[in-house]
Amino acid sequence: MTRNTDARARHTGGRPRHVVVVGAGPAGLAAAAAALRAGARVTLLDASDRPGGQYHRMLPAAYEAEDNGRLHHGWDDFERLRTHVQSHPRAEWWPDSAVWALERPDDTTSAPHVHVLRGPADGTERYRSVLTPDALVLATGAHDRVLPFPGWQLPGVFTAGAAQALAKGERVVVGDEVVVAGSGPFLLPVAASLLEAGSDVLEVLEANPASTVLRGWSRRPWELAAQSGKAAELAEYTGLLARHRVPYRLGRAVIEARGDGRVEEVVTARLTADWTPVPGTERTVPVDALCVTHGFSPQLELPVAAGCALSEGFVQVDDAQRTTAPGVYAAGEITGIAGAPAARAEGLLAGWTAAGGDPSDRTVRDVVRRRDRGRAFAARLAAAHPIGTGWPGWLRPDTLICRCEETDYRTLRAAAEDPATGAPRAVKLGTRAGLGPCQARMCGPAVADLCARRAPDSAPAHDGLAPDRSVPERAVPGLASASHHRRPVAQPIRLGELAASPGRPPEEEGEHTDER
Amino acid sequence: MSPRIVPARTDAVRRRATPLTITVDGVPVPGADGQTVAGVLLAGGRLSWRSGPSGAPRGVFCGIGVCFDCLVTVNGERDVRACRRRACDGDVVTTQSREPGEER
Ligand SMILES: Cc1cc2nc3c(=O)[nH]c(=O)nc-3n(C[C@H](O)[C@H](O)[C@H](O)COP(=O)(O)OP(=O)(O)OC[C@H]3O[C@@H](n4cnc5c(N)ncnc54)[C@H](O)[C@@H]3O)c2cc1C
Ligand code: FES
Repeated sequence: MTRNTDARARHTGGRPRHVVVVGAGPAGLAAAAAALRAGARVTLLDASDRPGGQYHRMLPAAYEAEDNGRLHHGWDDFERLRTHVQSHPRAEWWPDSAVWALERPDDTTSAPHVHVLRGPADGTERYRSVLTPDALVLATGAHDRVLPFPGWQLPGVFTAGAAQALAKGERVVVGDEVVVAGSGPFLLPVAASLLEAGSDVLEVLEANPASTVLRGWSRRPWELAAQSGKAAELAEYTGLLARHRVPYRLGRAVIEARGDGRVEEVVTARLTADWTPVPGTERTVPVDALCVTHGFSPQLELPVAAGCALSEGFVQVDDAQRTTAPGVYAAGEITGIAGAPAARAEGLLAGWTAAGGDPSDRTVRDVVRRRDRGRAFAARLAAAHPIGTGWPGWLRPDTLICRCEETDYRTLRAAAEDPATGAPRAVKLGTRAGLGPCQARMCGPAVADLCARRAPDSAPAHDGLAPDRSVPERAVPGLASASHHRRPVAQPIRLGELAASPGRPPEEEGEHTDER
Repeated sequence: MSPRIVPARTDAVRRRATPLTITVDGVPVPGADGQTVAGVLLAGGRLSWRSGPSGAPRGVFCGIGVCFDCLVTVNGERDVRACRRRACDGDVVTTQSREPGEER
């Protein structure tokens, strides 16, 4: 879509439509390109200082890398796309720009106003801008979901994403004797990055047994073939693991990390199909780092703030990527976990329709097809790598559930079981679980899951701690009630910044800025 | 053993390493231009620099600004996510602890 610059201008009162895209990962970048192609004026912004998102995380400009692409797949296409968008006369690229709030206008048919903080992360001297677009595309991606286990708070225990971000983003390697564990295909690229950087990957552990993984992957094989790019990428990782003789063990998990002030060893165990640890199968493995992920959680605070309805824990979108909120479109991992190619297809469609393009237009037919395949792929991923219900079997009374507040399992369970405090809000206030700096981003799904089991008769779902009755017997990655995503402030803002009135940065004075 | 940075001279991406120095609780720590504060700390051999309410050590967990485990004070600004902030030459970084009941 990017090569075709035959822009069909869609105007609002003579001016091209203004589309704001939040997030410059695979989904957001594609959305920006498609909106430009449909004739819109585009502001693409990201909290990071470089485009690419998690998948195409770039090395810092100061590294002046000659061959950044060797750490990536699809790099040339990415470079072309980002250069096209960043140099397009109708596009503005805002790096270092964190959206901290969305405000729904009184006139309920317009897109929300976008409140942005621009400047170095968490700095005191950032300036505020407010954008009032005709349409808003949200493409904020996801972060690792990690289930609590004893010792997961020890330094040296990283999310798989952290290891990946450090390796791809600045060439820092988390350790030399590493175990990669959890669930999902993402374990493979993480192991591959560590190997590439010369580390020893001792083993890769997939918690689901071969039967579950194979059932998920082998159902409807044509869908997998259609995701050939992704399948080839995965095959390449598997080959690399084999060459380095890294064991890939199914049905096994890290159930404990141990060490004095840092991780020194991990305890692994075989799991039953529902992830209950099998006694007597424990092994102790000395490590200097552990990378763990059990799936991804979508970054939903902005969609929730915009009033978008959620479905099964993700942003609900129609066939044209419209959310239920007027003027708001969504693409990428916030609508389902399906990997970068699917995120790109969704982004193309979201940007196109946000700019006023017709989703049934002949030229986007292929994109729609790719998007549909991506959705089918997402369903397969979820089926092949579910989170088993037996995981609390590895918890101990003193295992931290909430990392920020250090609320342990014993305290949480007691509060959830006590009829006087068992109501979700009371559990939260009484134990402080989910009230720390991360605002339940890390523990929210686990706390919701544990409380749902512990307090079967507690109050109806209206809070992150409430039982989610739509999934009685099986927890699904990222699935929990919407409410632990409700954060009035999506990104930290300081009081001084809040008090200062929004203005425009000196270099931004001009026709492109929308600050009012 | 601890985290490390792939040396620029052997790095297959063929990159430059422009040195910078930050101080961490008064101690100079060398890094390369473009690194995050967390990257400089990790590559400099520190796995933890903050403590949780109980005093237990914390460092990087999520690496992308979501968990808030890595908070530091940079040039007097508290609560900066070290994994998101690029280090600048001369940055004065001080470590922070979190007291029980403190909001952040
Ligand atoms: C740490 C991490 C590393 C990953 N690495 C890989 C990998 O190597 N290989 C792989 O196959 N998959 C990887 N994934 C999976 C990855 O999420 C997807 O494959 C793909 O990147 C999803 O694309 P996206 O466009 O939906 O979101 P993302 O790529 O996540 O892009 C979202 C963007 O939105 C920005 N953003 C979010 N909130 C705001 C806000 N409030 N204001 C401004 N900007 C905001 C973020 O900074 C980010 O750049 C990784 C995931 C994570 C969490
Ligand atoms: S490591 Fe999680 S916020 Fe920095």
